[in-house]
Formats: sequence, C-alpha cells, structure tokens
Amino acid sequence: MSIRSVLIANRGEIAVRINRAAKALGLRTIQVYSAADADSLAVRLADEAVEIGPATARKSYLNIANVIEAARKTNADAVHPGYGFLAENAEFADAVVAAGMRFVGPSGDSIRLLGDKVAARREADKAGVPTVPGSDGRVSNAAEAAGIADRIGFPVMIKAAAGGGGRGIRIIQEPSEFERQFLQASAEAEAAFGDGGLYVEKVIPAARHIEVQILGDGHNFVHCYERECSLQRRRQKVWEEAPAFHLPQKVRERLCASAVDLARSVGYVGAGTVEYLYDDKTEAFYFIEVNTRIQVEHPVTEMITGIDLVQEMLKIAGGAPLSVRQDDIVISGHAIECRINAEDPFKDFQPGPGTVETLSVPEADHVRFDTMLYEGYVVPPFYDSLLGKLIVHGDTREQCLSRLSAALAALDIRGIPTTTPLHRALAADPAVAAGDIHTRFLEGWLETRFARPDSDKEVA
Amino acid sequence: MSKQEIRSPLPGVFYRKPTPDSPSFKEDGDAVAKDDVIGLVEVMKSFHEVKAGVAGKAIRFVAENEDAIMAGDIIAEVE
Repeated sequence: MSIRSVLIANRGEIAVRINRAAKALGLRTIQVYSAADADSLAVRLADEAVEIGPATARKSYLNIANVIEAARKTNADAVHPGYGFLAENAEFADAVVAAGMRFVGPSGDSIRLLGDKVAARREADKAGVPTVPGSDGRVSNAAEAAGIADRIGFPVMIKAAAGGGGRGIRIIQEPSEFERQFLQASAEAEAAFGDGGLYVEKVIPAARHIEVQILGDGHNFVHCYERECSLQRRRQKVWEEAPAFHLPQKVRERLCASAVDLARSVGYVGAGTVEYLYDDKTEAFYFIEVNTRIQVEHPVTEMITGIDLVQEMLKIAGGAPLSVRQDDIVISGHAIECRINAEDPFKDFQPGPGTVETLSVPEADHVRFDTMLYEGYVVPPFYDSLLGKLIVHGDTREQCLSRLSAALAALDIRGIPTTTPLHRALAADPAVAAGDIHTRFLEGWLETRFARPDSDKEVA
Repeated sequence: MSKQEIRSPLPGVFYRKPTPDSPSFKEDGDAVAKDDVIGLVEVMKSFHEVKAGVAGKAIRFVAENEDAIMAGDIIAEVE
C-alpha cells in the first residue's frame, strides 16, 4: 500500500472501528477530536490525536479548514471521513486531494453526482436500474407536479432534490393538497438545503428498504449482497439484517447486479451503498439513492461475507486493486444488528447523555459489539445518540434471533437510558420473527405493541 | 428592578434562532413574557425549546448562538 498513515475525521463508534481497521493494516492513525471528545475511546486508541475546535460540530468535525490543517500538520497520507459529518461533502473530498492526500472514498465529482438525488436517479436510469415512477428530474411548478401525479397515481411524495436522510419529504394523498404543499415544500427545501428544487415520486406502500453493498476500485466492481433495513423510526434505521431473507434468489441476483451496473457506470471508487425500495407483492425493486460512504450497518455484511469493508476501503485508497472477485463473495448464514442509542424508548425516545456507570458486554464468537463506550465514559450531549451496535451471527435467521435474544439479555449498560429494551422486545416479537416487516412497521408497532412500564407517558 | 437568570434545562448546543437563516427569537434589550421562546437546545440531534420562564422588560444573552452548554448554565439574564 502506498499509504502509511490515516487521519480519522469522525468520532464515536465509527472512529473506533476505523482506528482498529487501520492498525490491523499497520497504518499509523491520527484522530481528530473536539473539545468535548478529549476523553473518547478513539483518542485513546489512536497513535496521535489533534484537537480541531470546540464541542459544536460546525466548529470542529464540520470545519473543513481545521481538519485539513490537522492532516497537514501530522503528515497524514489519507483521510477517512467515516459516516455523517463531512463523509458526503464533495468540497471536503476535493480539499483532501488538493492538499496532496488520499480521500478514503470516491472522488468529489462522484459524490456530487450521486449526492444530487435527481442526477443520481438519471444516472440509475441510464445504467438500466429501475427507479420509482415519478418526474423526469426537477419539476418547476405545482401544475407540472400535479400532472405527473395524475399519470403515476396517488399517493405521491414531493422530495427535495438536495435532501437526504429522510429529510425534505412530503406525502400528498390527493390532488387538492398539491398547490399548498408544493409551495411549502419548496420554501422548506430552500431554507434547509439552500436549494428549493423538488421532484415527485410515487409512494410504494408497505415497501421494504433493501440496500446493496458495493465496492469498486475504479476498474473492478463487486457487490457484497444486500441488507434488509426496514425497521425504522422517523426514517432512521433501528435494526438491520443481512441478507434480505425474504428475497427470491432470482430477484437477489438482478438486484445486486443492478447495483454493480450503477457502480460501473460512474467508475465508483471505495465502498458504497445503493438503496432500494422493494415491493414483496410484485417482486419489483426501485432505486432510491446511493450513499457514497461506509454505512452504520456495514457489520452485518461483514458478518455474512467475512470481508472487512473498512480495511478494504483503506486498501483501495492506498491504490490497491480490489482484493476480492465476485465469485469469491458468498453468503454464509445470517446477521442482525441492533443500534443501541442513548435514548429512553419508554419516554418517546428522549435522548439521555451522561456517565456510563457500568458496562457489561456479551462475549462469544458469533457476537460483536462495535462501541465507543467504556466504564466511566461521559456521553456528551452534542452529537448523535448512537452508543454502539450489537451484531449477532447465526447459521440461520432463526438461530440468529435466538442468539440475539441471549446477547441482548447479557448487554447491560448502566447510568444512562438506552434502547436495549426496545431491541429485546423486537427480538421476541412474532411478527419480527416471521419477517413480516416494512418501512412503516416499527412506528405502528411502537404505538400498539410496545409495552411501557408506566402508563402515563411523559411528553418531552 | 432585580435581575433574574434563565438557565438551560438541558445540556447540548444552544441556538438563538429557529433556523440558520431566521432572525433570532429575541435580541438583547427585548422585553420577554414568561411563555416566550428564547432559544433552542439541541440534545443529540433532537431540538427542545427554551422558554423564558420569567417576564421582564429587557433580556440580555450570556450564551452565544451555537455555544455548547451544560444543564444549569446561564443562557440569559432578564431585568
């Protein structure tokens, strides 16, 4: 490899994960941190650490100049952006390259192309990947949008072209709502993303969220099969599985091949994820978007394929060709990941930063816990609530679920609220065991099936 | 008139405006009513309104926009 050191431009569990992967490859690691993260596990693990600003992310983890300066000062050969923060910021990727370092991810141009929802959709169309029926690019006014909705049928979504992460989406049930909603959505998109551009898509009811892991080195492109991520709350994933157990083999082959086609059409470099909606009834899948980074839920793919995706990203950034061929990648068993957040599931998921008093983690060959926690660690209130990810493997989904229940029973984090009780309930739920899930499942389940220990629900 | 302090009920990032491009909820010197929203605190990506809790003829902010604050920190003083 032509790189000997990597700067990690992130925090939390993913910074720990990248530190470990880089060290396993013999790389020197440099961890940046905000004033609130001086005691973080990633800082302790890294060979070097550089403070890049105050607690507020905009002044530290999102401050491109400070991150680049830290990389220069420490002679970093490469920069790994993790997920969130600057991971999908094309300007940052360009700045890293302009400073003479490797960006662990695709080029700024690829990020720009795939980050624009409308351009990405067009690119998918071009590569022969099915897209959700909708407008051909941006729509200029409510009348044009209404005309498209008439053609594809209600309900439809109005989406912000510059949106992402589930933000900037409105659902329109009938034509009469169009005029008002369109203007509001445009104003909102302008305020939130600095771009009022909108497009229209058909709503696929009771769809599953399925995504395909891709890897590319600019010349060779492979997929590492798919993940099923339908259990979501407020469009945030809560629980993820690999593979998508309900998918007919023929559909799986077509789905994964379409993701590789898209990767090839843009000359993709690094790890990425192509997201789809899947309709069980018609066995149709529809492209939604590409995430040009490592994803939170990447470990379930690692557990079933044996590929270390973060190490692979670093090797690709170092100029190495892909270390795996498509024929070498096979699915072995089943894996489930539970996101353990510092939130109280019995109090409307109110976030609860604070001190981890005790920490007890299940240990077994088939269990992995990716976390930044240690006993005595103070979880700061300034960043997202993800504390760790409990990932369990089994030969079958059934065995995986039973191992998961045992692992969740043994996971004990004291001092702060966590979502562990939610996952225990999900792991024991017959509908989850039956695999009868879709993207709106969890919100309904929380209303009707999730038992609160106290009847008078506290509203934050 | 006496001075009263408005303290943050939560730890997180303090914002004086509802969105980056909006005007501030209150400017220094503005009068406030008990139920007036004077800012937001972002705790782990969830936003919570901070109400004045006291009425007064002039507010003066101690915390700046986007400051990291802890629960109990003084956000503003009201006369």
